[in-house]
Amino acid sequence: MSVSGQKPLSNAWQNWWRFSRNPTAVVGAIIVITSVTLALLAPYVTPFPEHVGAVVDFANRHQAPSAVHWFGTDNVGRDIFSRAIFGLRVSLLLAVVVLGLAIPVGVVLGLLAGYFGGWVEIVIMRVTDIALAIPPLVMALAVAAVLTPSLTNSMLAIALLWWTWHTRLIYSITRQLRSQEFVEAAETLGASRAHILFREILPNCVSAIAVKTSLDAGFVILIGAALSFLGLGIQPPTPDLGTMVASGASFLPDYWWESVLPGCAILFVAMGFNLLGDGLRDLFDVEDVR
Amino acid sequence: MEFLAFLLRRLGWSLLVLLGLSVVIFTIARVVPGDPARMALGPTASADQVASLQESLGLNDPMFQQYATFLHGLARGDLGRSLLTEQSVTADIAKTFPATLELVICTILLAFALGVPLGVAAARWKDRWPDNLVRALAIGSAVMPTFFLALLLQILAGYVLNVLPTTGRLPGGIDFDAGWTGLVLVDSLIAGRGDVFLEAVRHLFLPTIALAAATMGQIARITRASMIDVSRQDYIEAARAFGVPDRLRMFKYMLRPAFVPPLTITGLEFASLIGNAFVVELIFSWPGMASYGIRAIVQKDLNAIMGVVMVSGVFFVVVNLMIDLLVGVVDPRVRIRGSRA
Amino acid sequence: MTALLSVRNLDVSFTTYGRRTQVLRDVSIDVPEGAQIALVGESGSGKTVLMKTVMGILPQPPAKVEGGAILFDDRDLLTMPERDRLRLRGTAMSMVFQDPMSSLNPVFTIYDQLGTILKHADRRLGRQRGRRERWARVLEVLEQVRMREPERVARSFPMQLSGGMRQRILIAMALLSEPRLLIADEPGTALDVTTQAQILNLLRDLVTRQNLALLMITHNLGVVRETSTYTYVMNQGRIVEQAPTAEIFAAPREAYTRELIAAVPRLTGRAT
Repeated sequence: MSVSGQKPLSNAWQNWWRFSRNPTAVVGAIIVITSVTLALLAPYVTPFPEHVGAVVDFANRHQAPSAVHWFGTDNVGRDIFSRAIFGLRVSLLLAVVVLGLAIPVGVVLGLLAGYFGGWVEIVIMRVTDIALAIPPLVMALAVAAVLTPSLTNSMLAIALLWWTWHTRLIYSITRQLRSQEFVEAAETLGASRAHILFREILPNCVSAIAVKTSLDAGFVILIGAALSFLGLGIQPPTPDLGTMVASGASFLPDYWWESVLPGCAILFVAMGFNLLGDGLRDLFDVEDVR
Repeated sequence: MEFLAFLLRRLGWSLLVLLGLSVVIFTIARVVPGDPARMALGPTASADQVASLQESLGLNDPMFQQYATFLHGLARGDLGRSLLTEQSVTADIAKTFPATLELVICTILLAFALGVPLGVAAARWKDRWPDNLVRALAIGSAVMPTFFLALLLQILAGYVLNVLPTTGRLPGGIDFDAGWTGLVLVDSLIAGRGDVFLEAVRHLFLPTIALAAATMGQIARITRASMIDVSRQDYIEAARAFGVPDRLRMFKYMLRPAFVPPLTITGLEFASLIGNAFVVELIFSWPGMASYGIRAIVQKDLNAIMGVVMVSGVFFVVVNLMIDLLVGVVDPRVRIRGSRA
Repeated sequence: MTALLSVRNLDVSFTTYGRRTQVLRDVSIDVPEGAQIALVGESGSGKTVLMKTVMGILPQPPAKVEGGAILFDDRDLLTMPERDRLRLRGTAMSMVFQDPMSSLNPVFTIYDQLGTILKHADRRLGRQRGRRERWARVLEVLEQVRMREPERVARSFPMQLSGGMRQRILIAMALLSEPRLLIADEPGTALDVTTQAQILNLLRDLVTRQNLALLMITHNLGVVRETSTYTYVMNQGRIVEQAPTAEIFAAPREAYTRELIAAVPRLTGRAT
């Protein structure tokens, strides 16, 4: 269909055109950027940064949302909006640490399994099968039970299982690429294995990794919130969205905002990452990444 | 025959997965904590008490021998004694598992019953309003924290509208335990107790929706993507060129090959469904394995924790084997060639 | 001469990434009853778009028919009611798909697919045919395409058959409802040269024996020489040259046609 004398559309233009016509991607990007900015600048942008600690102001407890307290106040009179913004920090930190640990490990193992095949593949892929059978949430619960419940332990427990998804993804891409001509050409020319893995194959996985990372960030945040909802996250008084939902739940439905609004904050940030990942998937045309 | 070989091979791998899982669980339970006996008895116990429990749990044996004992017990279905209920963990789990099973079966049925039609509709009207609606719904339900949805449902349907029960499996007044399948829905029908059946359905309603949402969203999303993928295949264009009617093309020519990805995804992500079941059971006081597990975790009841994680793993493996079988029924390529894709 | 199929001044455009591209410009071709016509051009020349427009399977949007007419039996396909057009599609006008590997549904048996097509063609034409007659008709066309053991083939899944067999099934699919016009889109290109020659041979025999009009769409001038009496050459969405096939080969007028003749390797040997 490349008929007519017009000059071909540039790649950058095609990408930009598709990105800007893709409302999910744009909205997702905006949400993610907003969340990250708010979390980073939390002490400067929140109306009551001092409410992060164990402040008690009984005169103002259970205040409904208002111009002063956008999300209302909790059972000891702290501003929920300020605490929610600080809570975002914990959620994002969790995503960064878990994915920061899981992705490099997962990607390298996936490359090795996909490229070398043989017993390397068998060992790595069977271990991922085992890890897939364990629910991350249950694993984190079990680890928390055996050690002490803390954010660090929970993050480690999740990261311990999370790399498998990246391994599976990179493995399947590498296996397809292994027999491609540019890889075979590099092999023929005597390129080192490290060169082939990291310079020839890895760059072809980048868009898939980007999509997966964005989608994953949302899901890790959800699991982290579930853990802190169950009381296994960061310990009070540091604000955490899951913990806020849990403690607010005892005042439902009368003081609904104490639980519902922090819950919406989790939903908001998780949705941002998900929409962004969804949009990037369309953009990069990597349909099979979930 | 190839299909049978395929299933047997999958079964073999599954056993290996379970073996690996037992190593992981053993490591978490016996190696990580340092002294399980001290942990079980708490800081107030005397050194003598700890020593005698160590002896009776076999903690003084070499690690390898302990694992062998653990594995031997596992093979006989013996998961040890719960420190909390003082019953055998196997018996405890056998008592609570049917409730979880019932919840999970209903969840998967609901997720497919809603997710597949939604995905098909989205693919049929791609980029039009039904598609946008379904995509929004799919993303929304996928990123909705399960505990948050469960809470909202409980408040809305339970307290505000006051139409559905928000806790438990049956009302306090009804004591029904036929003990056949352990699934109240099935047992009540066999016993001819329509009233119990109706109550069971009412109680299942909210937890099922809360647990199904994420899976439903995922299924709708995958079904949409795979329907669109199949719709671009030459054989669909051929069917169109030969005048096969739209509806038949959608529901026969496209849905059948497009049905495999949602099935395999459900299998792959079954573990996270079990994880969410923990939260949902806790919130709705559902008397299942997860509630038992959470109690065990709070009480640091090691054997019970190990048992629950192990049974979750077995559950995962069994479900995936069933999905392999289903995929074979749906897709003759798997049946004939004896492998996927 | 009155043509069975007559495409008149057809304009088709595509809109991608917000930009409109004209893919067919003022295309006119005639396919008389029982004639064998070739349409030749490189990939991207617009010949597949033309075929899809004629069959009415062009995805719109992104495509759009901007103008012109497609007459079949002197009735314009572009303006006739959808019902009437459906009645023609896959029956009086039929097509042979290009890729034997991807044009059959992998999860249904050959009989299931052919039987379904036949059932719905019968229904559109108001014909009565029972299950047993349908089975008999499917076996009959499988025999026409020289399939040994037609019953076994009918019960097979596509993946159990070779590429050549699948291509013959695609031909059988086109023959099911006794078409008058057969459009063939580079049949056999995906196969090895010997098998392709057999397929073309079979197609030529069927066309002459059943007195079908054939529009052969190809980029291979070897195929053109084997299967047609009259040839249209297409480049960048336009018909650039048209003449009896022998003349095209003897004295190509356009530089583009000469390039095609020079560039495309000849289909070696006539398989018999």
